[in-house]
Amino acid sequence: MHFNRKDLLGIQELDVSEIEFILDLSRSFKEINERTIKKVPTLRGKTVIHLFYEPSTRTRTSFDVAAKRLSADTFSVTASTSSIVKGETALDTLKNLEAMKPDVFVIRHSASGAPWQLAARTSASVINAGDGMHEHPSQALLDMLTILDNKKSLRGLNVLIVGDIFHSRVARSNIWGLKKMGATVVVCGPATLIPPNIDAMGAEVSHCLDQCIPEADVIMVLRLQKERQQQMLLPSLREYSTWYGINGERLKNAKKDVLIMHPGPINRGVEISSEVADGPCSVILDQVTNGVAVRMALLYLLGQR
Amino acid sequence: MKPNEKPANLILRNGRVIDPAQGLDAVATVVIENGKVVEVGPNIEIGAQRRGEFEQIDAGGKWVVPGLIDMHVHLREPGEEYKETIASGTRAAVAGGFTAVACMPNTRPVNDCAAVTQFILKKAAEEGACRVFPVGAISKGLEGRNLCELGELRASGVVAVSDDGRPVESSMLMRRALEYAKTFGLLVISHCEDLGLSSGGLMNEGRVSTRLGLRGIPRAAEEVMAARDILLAELTGARLHLAHISSAGSVALIREAKKRGLQVTAETAPHYFTLDEELLSTFNPVYKVNPPVRTREDMEAIKAGLADGTLDAIASDHAPHSAVEKDLEFEYAANGMIGLESSLPLILRLVRQSILSPLDAIAKVSQNPARILSIPFGTLAKGAAADLTVIDPEATYTIDARKFESKSRNCPFDGMEAQGRAVMTFIDGRVVFTAPD
Ligand SMILES: [Zn+2]
Ligand SMILES: [Zn+2]
Repeated sequence: MHFNRKDLLGIQELDVSEIEFILDLSRSFKEINERTIKKVPTLRGKTVIHLFYEPSTRTRTSFDVAAKRLSADTFSVTASTSSIVKGETALDTLKNLEAMKPDVFVIRHSASGAPWQLAARTSASVINAGDGMHEHPSQALLDMLTILDNKKSLRGLNVLIVGDIFHSRVARSNIWGLKKMGATVVVCGPATLIPPNIDAMGAEVSHCLDQCIPEADVIMVLRLQKERQQQMLLPSLREYSTWYGINGERLKNAKKDVLIMHPGPINRGVEISSEVADGPCSVILDQVTNGVAVRMALLYLLGQR
Repeated sequence: MKPNEKPANLILRNGRVIDPAQGLDAVATVVIENGKVVEVGPNIEIGAQRRGEFEQIDAGGKWVVPGLIDMHVHLREPGEEYKETIASGTRAAVAGGFTAVACMPNTRPVNDCAAVTQFILKKAAEEGACRVFPVGAISKGLEGRNLCELGELRASGVVAVSDDGRPVESSMLMRRALEYAKTFGLLVISHCEDLGLSSGGLMNEGRVSTRLGLRGIPRAAEEVMAARDILLAELTGARLHLAHISSAGSVALIREAKKRGLQVTAETAPHYFTLDEELLSTFNPVYKVNPPVRTREDMEAIKAGLADGTLDAIASDHAPHSAVEKDLEFEYAANGMIGLESSLPLILRLVRQSILSPLDAIAKVSQNPARILSIPFGTLAKGAAADLTVIDPEATYTIDARKFESKSRNCPFDGMEAQGRAVMTFIDGRVVFTAPD
């Protein structure tokens, strides 16, 4: 057994053998997802609670499909963070639900670190389904799985992450994971969207997308939230797509076998053009498919505990 | 403090008396009569016929220092008595060795008028365990728009004015505050923060904030305001005190201002020379404070600033919060830590690290804050009120916040191994605190 944790909170704390173990296990669950009867009894009698303090239909659905395919009973609790105002804290909510004896909490929270704080207070397992700007471990794992479906190894690959690195937990988890697995990670975007000292996490920084593209084996395009204009981070979406939008013209200089990835949801015409999102290099929908397999693997590992 | 108790006559023998105001650091006897210091010196003998009038205390192996002064605390009363009261906060003070505190005006209601100042002073007189010096607001309601009636506040007993908790955003209002306060000889204390730059920030900006995905507060948010206020002090010729300095850059700005002869003083807090931002990796809100704890380099610069006198005082910025505000997601938790009962051992650590001499260390919490606030305390000079603290510099123990007198428990030093503590605290020669063994 290469995995002996109560919780799966972040990629930063995983070692290479744990990541490899999860990816291997995910591959075996991928096979189940191709069957006509996509359900195994592995987690029968186990209870999984999706505790979402931030709305996310995609991630919750992916975790829910994964849990149901393992025969777990699942419940979704959407706790608005405004319940703090009403007097019930995240911890109160967790304690209430814990009294119902769940086996696994899948927690999404808009505040960085909240899954760590909550995991320390419950004996149930916690899977971090994304916290603030901090980590999104299942996304990084499904991204690595998707790359490995197309490339022999992560070692030596040049992975370019483009866009709003500052606010992105996807970028942070991927930097940790890809660096551990031996890839080179370059983050590219306007300086306002690159957080300070990101190089300390092992990423190289560039502000010139056109210089980075020819080197890249994988391009991960991040969602650009339109509110960033109001936060003095960008003058306009137009200027952003001019310099950092991924489009067919730009990709002419890319490697022929470059992979285009996006954690979704996509802003077509802002960070990525439709022709690229729907084009031959795009593996965006494979990421979604792999997401279910990776989440099955995580639920299996923690739910079996 | 109950004013009508009979003042004490007291002799403390064999203690190491450290009184920075007199440059005194020697084993000596302190004689207190009617609540005042009457003599400090070696080999003082009291005639046999009077000996019975004095209580005798052997302070052998202990330090005897002027009653410590914490010039920056939040007592939360009026308005947030569930966090702290004047009674509980001052009990915490004397337990930590402090005989006087200056309390910030961000109560509910804000201390921006005579009625609130008088309420605080009345409460302190009735229920307080130590001396309380209220700091009034600069602007009405701390709203940063209109000046408070500083003359009336002064007459009611405030020792300084500050909008602490918030900066004075308008440079014009700050200029007018400095000028107008000068009229009444009032000190202006600045909470240096550019709210635009710190907006949304939760911790020091840098490699750790990036790693943790917590929005950063750059040092520049403090330094921009420190620089502005220093320039305004120069423009107006007014006295300015900068609260809770946390960054290396601010230390450099203050050092330079002093070199130019400006009437600028500054304080830092024990957490800024004891804690660094790496501690936030656990997302424990007990470490959330504004300004934020910063890097090891900043800690070193703060220590250097204390050592060379750039930073005049050490104040705890004691900021009580209950679990309702603190036991939350890091992002939603309130800023602030309590410090009255943990300050002294952290200051003494600077002595053991040879950063401060015993005289300098004690000066940062007695002579210097007394001078800055223009209050006649912080010394054991002949005729001074017999406020004094007996410190056991060798006592080793574990800081245990559950045993604190404060109503709140948000102490980041809870569980820390500490050395040195107040064993007896005296005000007007009367014992107000004795440490349990
Ligand atoms: Zn302040
Ligand atoms: Zn304060």
